[in-house]
Order: sequence, then C-alpha cells, then structure tokens
Amino acid sequence: MIEVRELRREFKVATSKGLRRNYKTVTAVDGVTFGVEAGEAVGYVGPNGAGKSTTIKMLTGILVPTSGHIQVSGVDPAKERRDLAKRIGVVFGQRSQLWWDLPLKDSFDLLKSIYRVSARDYGVRLEECVELLGLQELLMTPVRQLSLGQRMRGEITAALLHAPELLVLDEPTIGLDLESKERLREFLKDINTRRGTTLLLTTHDLDDIERLCPRLMVIDHGRVLADGPLDELRAEVTPERELVIDLREPGPAPDVPGVTAVRSEANGMRHHLTFRRAETTAAQLITQVVRQVEVHDLAVVEPQIDDVVRKLYQREVAQDVHR
Amino acid sequence: MADTIYPKLIGARLRSQMSYRASFAMDFLTQVIAQCYELLVILILFTQIHALGGFTKNEVLLMYAFAGAAFGVADLFAGQLDNLPTYIRTGSFDVLLMRPLGTLPQIMCSDIRLRRIGRITGGLAVMGYALANVPIDWSPAKVVLTIATPVAGAVIYSSVWVVACSTCFWIVDGREFANAVTYGSNAFTSYPTNVYSRPLRWVMAYIVPGAFVAYYPSLALLGKQDPLGLPGWVGWTSPLVAALAAAAAGLVWRFAVRHYRGTGS
Repeated sequence: MIEVRELRREFKVATSKGLRRNYKTVTAVDGVTFGVEAGEAVGYVGPNGAGKSTTIKMLTGILVPTSGHIQVSGVDPAKERRDLAKRIGVVFGQRSQLWWDLPLKDSFDLLKSIYRVSARDYGVRLEECVELLGLQELLMTPVRQLSLGQRMRGEITAALLHAPELLVLDEPTIGLDLESKERLREFLKDINTRRGTTLLLTTHDLDDIERLCPRLMVIDHGRVLADGPLDELRAEVTPERELVIDLREPGPAPDVPGVTAVRSEANGMRHHLTFRRAETTAAQLITQVVRQVEVHDLAVVEPQIDDVVRKLYQREVAQDVHR
Repeated sequence: MADTIYPKLIGARLRSQMSYRASFAMDFLTQVIAQCYELLVILILFTQIHALGGFTKNEVLLMYAFAGAAFGVADLFAGQLDNLPTYIRTGSFDVLLMRPLGTLPQIMCSDIRLRRIGRITGGLAVMGYALANVPIDWSPAKVVLTIATPVAGAVIYSSVWVVACSTCFWIVDGREFANAVTYGSNAFTSYPTNVYSRPLRWVMAYIVPGAFVAYYPSLALLGKQDPLGLPGWVGWTSPLVAALAAAAAGLVWRFAVRHYRGTGS
C-alpha cells in the first residue's frame, strides 16, 4: 500500500543577520525507508519536529520530496496528486476540511460531488458512519457550533465517504476528552479489521497505538529509529516497569527481591517500585507486596511513548559513537 | 472532469454568507457607497473641465462603467485570492491539495463575495446611462462588443489577480503588493489611458493589459481614433487579450503551486 525508499526532504530556512539573509539547509526527513501492506494499522510516532508531518505531507502529495522514492496506493504522490486523492483519505487533527458555516450534512454532500460518489454508495457509507459515530443529532448543526470531539467524528466521516483504501490520520485524537478518544479508536479499529482499510496514524498518545496499531514506527531527527510491534519495542528498550502503591498507613517500602524502591512520596504513603519485566510479572509482584503491607491502591505504570522514543534515540547515538 | 461540482461549491458559499445576514447587508451597502464615491470624483472633476484627454464626461463615464462592472465581476470570483496568505498560513491550502480538484478553481469557488453585486449593479447603471448619452453608430457587431467588454475585462482583471496573488507563495504577506496591483489597475482603467505618463502607461496598459479592459473597447464603440496611435481594430481584440492573459495566469499559478509543494511554508 505504501512503499518508501530513502526518502529525503530538506528545507531552506532563512537566518537573518541584519540586512543580509543567509539560508541554511535543514533536513526534516533524512533517508526514511519503510513499507506498509494493505490492511495494516501502523502508528507513526516521534517527538515534535521529528519529521512526522513532513513524511505525511509527502505521502499525501502535498509536498514533493527532495529525493527518494514513494509509491502510495500504486501512485506517485508528487506527480499524480489528484489521482491519489481519490484513493486515500486524510484527516488532520489540527485543520478542518469541512465547510465551517454550513450544516455538517452539507459538507458531506459537497464531498460526495467532489469525489463523484454514486448516490447509492454515498447513502450506505454515510449511514454506516452516522450510526457508528453517533452523528444523527449533529447532521443539521453548522460545523462551527460542533465541539472538537463532534467535529473530529465529522472529519473522519468526511475522509471515508469515497471509501479510500488507505486512511492517513495526523494526530486524530489531539485535544479530545477520554470518551471521544475511546469512541474514535473503537471506530477506527472497526474499519481497519472489518473493512480492511489500511491505517497510518501519527499520535502523541500511547493509548492510541496500544488500542489500534499492532505496529509502531518511531522517527526522530528525520530517521526511523525503530519499526516493529509495540510490546517488543517497549520490552527491548525499557525493560523496567513501575508499580505505584498507596499504603493505608505511612510506612517503609516493602522489600521484595528483584525490586528497587525508586522513591517515596507523601511521607511514606506512596511508593514507586521498579521491576524488570523479564524477571517477574506484575501479578507475582503484587502478591508479594500485599503480603507485607496493607495496600490501599496500586497501579502498574508503563513507560510513556516519549520515554521509549528517548531511549531509542539514546541507543542510536551510542551506536553511532561505537562505530 | 468535475464539471458539476463548482456550481455546488459556489452554492455552498452563498448559503454560508446568508448565515451572517446582518454583516452581508452592511457589506453590500458599503460597496454601493464605495462605487458612488468614485463616480462622484469624476463628476466633480468635470464641473471644472470639459474634456479629459480629449474625452467628454459621458465618454469617460463609459470607460469608468466598463471598468467598474468588469472589476466587480472579477472581484466576485478572484477576490477570494486575497485570502491566500491565510490559506497558506493556516494550512487550509494543504486541504485543497488533498482533493481531486485543481487548487485555483477551488479557491475561486470557496468564497463568492455576494456583496460585490453592489459594485456590479453600480457599474451597470452608469454603463446604461453613458451608453444612452454618447454618440455611438450602433451595429450588431458593436452590440456584441458592448456585452463582451465587461466579460473580457473581468477575465483580464481576474488574471491580474491570480498573477499578483501568486507572489504570496514566495512572500508570506504579499497581500499589500497584490492589492496595489489589482485595485491599482482598477483605478488606472477607470480613466482614459492617454492621460497617464508614458512609463506608467506601458506597465499598466500593456504589460498588465489594463487598456484592454475599457479604453480600447470604448474607442471602438465610439468610433474614435486612438490618441496614442494604435489602429482601430485594437479595440476589438479585448477577448483575445483576455484569453491570453488567462492562459498566462494559469501558467504562473501552476508554477507558483509547484514552488509551494517544492518548498513548503
């Protein structure tokens, strides 16, 4: 579905010194190579400025690569932008493709004409989205009056009306409350598994990846640092997990073999314990802990996406030094 | 091609505007007043003089009316290009690039400034008055020319607009410059071309083909000699000039969008 080889993208950035303007070249995407098969769901993550959006813009034909090869849905995005537009759907979390002042339904009708969707297909697809995303009540509301969560549901419906083979989502859950996020994830999972729509999404929310994407690609400084299943990556780079326990009474941290107490809070009411996932399971640990102390509440904390990315990046730098 | 979609896009835009009825009425009124204001300048001018560049008051009014109507129509479609810097800055332009349609028609249809009808109405009214009060030796060909002139003029203005606004892809806030060219050429074409100094005339009449909006067609209608010395048939070439201008504008736009996709913003 997507084929990318040695993709590069440079930008000229003006650095003004007095009247003279100098330009320096910044490489946003630096030799990225990957492939995505039809039906996959891939999370594309990395810190701000890592090159995610630039990659997405090149995949969707908005930007032309400096060098390298791209093929999306059998088409070269830079050369056949309009052809590509008919085959893929794109959702940007931060910008809208809906008509701001018109009822939601009008935007859908316009997109039906733009993408030349037959009345029959349109009816079926719209009804499906409306039902699954709960849009019935909102169809006649002007887009500007929708909440962010409602609007995002509209945006995703808008991107799916022409039944694209590939749906690209750039931060689809940004700024949404938990319930809206959950609803979107459920819906996306459904169209991926049931309809076979390929998904590529960028996000800062690890839960998006966890729920939706069996495969994770991490990018930083324009380079792919890791590519594989989320669990594997996490186990590989951050072998330690954390158990947070709240005690009923203040007290010292429980002493369990193989576990280090990292720090205590609230005068010994709360303790952070780390353990290696290869050596013990959370369940074993908890059984041992509750034998020693009276526990009020506990939580297992997985390393956040940024930690994973940071560790991956540090590893990359270390390797560079060794070479 | 997607031949039915553009009327729908325009229709959508009209409905959007109607959702702000009060501001629409205000804008409409402002436009009518603005147009009257320019008319007033010409009328006051002619209380002091009897001819401008060898043309009578009504003859100048005819040029003014052609220019006004053409500019009004152009503004209706191409005026939306003034928002191009906003499109680029907010990323809305990327949304246009994601659709299976050309970017230029999408922008043009994305806002039809209905209030501009105020300007067009004003231009047409003055045109009616001037046509009735200047000596024209009417023939079927001249009737066609009278109708074709505002249309060709609108195409010329729109082309100027497209070229001027294309600079916004390079200069982030090129709007001031673009407006100087578009509104400036409207001011230029409202008066007989021969009253201007030579350098200005060369730029605004022939490079920007402003003289073909109102001046030369008016000469042909009136059966007058060009004081600048071009032959009489030039007055009939405005539609051709308009077609060339549109083709050139299309190429410039294409080049500009290619630059945008090559550099990003």
